[in-house]
Amino acid sequence: MSIDVDDDAPLVERLRAGDEAAFGELVRRYQPRLLRLAEMTVGSRAVAEEVCQDTWLAVMRGVERFESRSSFKTWLFRILLNRARTSFSREQRAGQPDEDVVERFDANGAWAEPPVPWADRVDDRVVAEILARRVRDLLPTLPDQQRQVVLLHDVEGLEPAEIAALLGISDGNQRVLLHRGRARLRSLLAAELDGER
Amino acid sequence: MIRWWRRRRRALVCRDAVALMTAYLDGALPARDRARLEAHLAGCPHCTEYLAQLRVTVATLGSVELDDLSDDAVDDLIELYRRWRQG
Repeated sequence: MSIDVDDDAPLVERLRAGDEAAFGELVRRYQPRLLRLAEMTVGSRAVAEEVCQDTWLAVMRGVERFESRSSFKTWLFRILLNRARTSFSREQRAGQPDEDVVERFDANGAWAEPPVPWADRVDDRVVAEILARRVRDLLPTLPDQQRQVVLLHDVEGLEPAEIAALLGISDGNQRVLLHRGRARLRSLLAAELDGER
Repeated sequence: MIRWWRRRRRALVCRDAVALMTAYLDGALPARDRARLEAHLAGCPHCTEYLAQLRVTVATLGSVELDDLSDDAVDDLIELYRRWRQG
């Protein structure tokens, strides 16, 4: 589903004036995407729905002060990600090591532990479906910044400039976080497939 | 001799190749680095497999579908809006 963000401006104007129909239209546009982002951040559908509700409440309260310097979408996603992060209890992440996945290389920079091949097994539709289901559960285990960049880039398909504006990070930093997040997820998926053998 | 040395210097080791892969997949790698990476991949089955696994990872992330929005879900949020307006 692609959304022309330019179409949001008139709706946001009407919402400022207290137009309920405009609110409903924005909900129809964005709620499915908010729910997906929230669920992949907090790892629970029920909590994700609460986070979305909180986000819409923040929109109602804040829309008068919203300045159109950023797009409505960027503003909305920023609210959601902040709320999702604070509502995801720290205990749920306890035990998740926060250090990066370090691929194993020897002193010369060659593989010390080469990757066990599995990429071609994903041609099997069943294996692809297993991975697609598991990735929803695995994303919440990534460190905050890595998860946010991976979500916005690879799931939402936002442009690097939009992500940089949303998270307040540089392009270079963003690429590093994306690389680390993907590497970690790759190793988690590898472990999943190992268990399916 | 100089040409040989330059070629040696340009050759990537696996660790460097892996570090370039995210930019490579996103089409953000300068042409020179892209050529070096592709030369490395041509001779390295491990890095080729690693890149294939990264591709699968990114494709899997892109395949997470949106759930349909029920009328109830929309109505609940509109009701929330009404209550807020009245509150």
